[in-house]
Amino acid sequence: MKTLEYLIEELQRAEELAHLQTATERLRDHYGISHVVYHWVNSVGERFGAGTYSSEWVDRYLEKGYLRIDPVIVGCFQRFSPVDWKQLDWSSRAAQEFFREAIGYGVGNQGYTIPVRGPSGQFALFTANHDCNDDTWTRFIAANGRDLMIIAHEFNRKALEFESASALLRTPALSPRELSAMTYLAKGYSRARAAEEMEISEHTLRVYIEAARHKLGAVNTTHAVARALSAGLIIV
Amino acid sequence: MLRYLYGKDLVRHPRLLDSMFRHRAEQFARRLKWDVTVDSRGYERDAYDALNPLYVIWQLPDGSHGGSMRFLPTLGPTMVADHFGHLSGGVRIESPLIWECTRFCLAPGSDRRVAAALVLGAGEIMENFHLSHFVGVFDHRMERIYRIHGVVPDVIGTQGSGAGMIGVGLWEMKPEAWPRVLARVGIGRATSRAWFAASFGAPAARRAACA
Repeated sequence: MKTLEYLIEELQRAEELAHLQTATERLRDHYGISHVVYHWVNSVGERFGAGTYSSEWVDRYLEKGYLRIDPVIVGCFQRFSPVDWKQLDWSSRAAQEFFREAIGYGVGNQGYTIPVRGPSGQFALFTANHDCNDDTWTRFIAANGRDLMIIAHEFNRKALEFESASALLRTPALSPRELSAMTYLAKGYSRARAAEEMEISEHTLRVYIEAARHKLGAVNTTHAVARALSAGLIIV
Repeated sequence: MLRYLYGKDLVRHPRLLDSMFRHRAEQFARRLKWDVTVDSRGYERDAYDALNPLYVIWQLPDGSHGGSMRFLPTLGPTMVADHFGHLSGGVRIESPLIWECTRFCLAPGSDRRVAAALVLGAGEIMENFHLSHFVGVFDHRMERIYRIHGVVPDVIGTQGSGAGMIGVGLWEMKPEAWPRVLARVGIGRATSRAWFAASFGAPAARRAACA
């Protein structure tokens, strides 16, 4: 069973859409849920996606123009907070029929969708979907929500890379303070001691670490330190 | 009660919208004398209001504004990144787990309960959306307001001194802060969750919260 760090690194090595597709399948298997989907609308209104929904459902969705009435799209559009599908307004007849049809095509009854906003009006949605009861799903989100937000942004970063047809800096540039923070951690310093050495509060240190983690595309701090070391950004 | 509203949804609450932007003018333009713009309607609005931010608003029984603050993701344009990057240690604070919090505003005559309620709203946002920190810019007078209401930020960097001081700070909601904040607002966590659900939750939750 591959770790999340491994799956993220695999995603980050993607060079084409098929690799994003594979990443969604691997994540679905990793979490043991029904579906993982990444869907975006770029700055010129073009849409593409990668995900585990059946191709029959994708075709049906496009054919019926469900993009216009899907409460998930409506509920997430231009917002930046993640949404549990139960929170959305499924009360209209059209929405209810849409939902019933989705279930019929193998979509699970529970969903968690994370909107991601990129530059120039780029907008994407990352969805985890599963068939289970409310409590189980609430527990799943509580346990995995943070990681899913990170994963959603890594998918989007990769998709933006494809669109600009240029590889983003393979080695992200960390600022001097970020490098210091990562180096202390790599040397085994505790956060308290590292903050003391850097003459900043532990709170500030944690934010520098988080900014570095995001730049490095790592899942957590340990992963970030490992990536910084293997990229030669820091030396111990 | 607390309302959580995106900018685009605020237009459906004209009384709340009108009183919030007027109170912002009162606090930031007239009292604190910040370099902000007040338009012909008496509203203080800036470029970040146009980015569809998430507002957390304390709504008074008559439907008007009692206090508010504004959130934007750090992955997009933020005040800190656009104008005060030199105060964050050379680090661009950017992460899906960090949001910027700005325009902490209290309506004239509001009490400590309102400030506590806003802190509560920030805590609910942090927990429900899996965030780790809020980052924000503040000045000497706002720092005093924060101290009075027990929401002192962790300062990353400052420029200037005395009345001209500007700083970038961090806030988080530690687990042990919840009981104190809830006590100040005078409610239990269940009520706080109900308010959150009323804005973000299912229509049934919305109906129940308004009953």
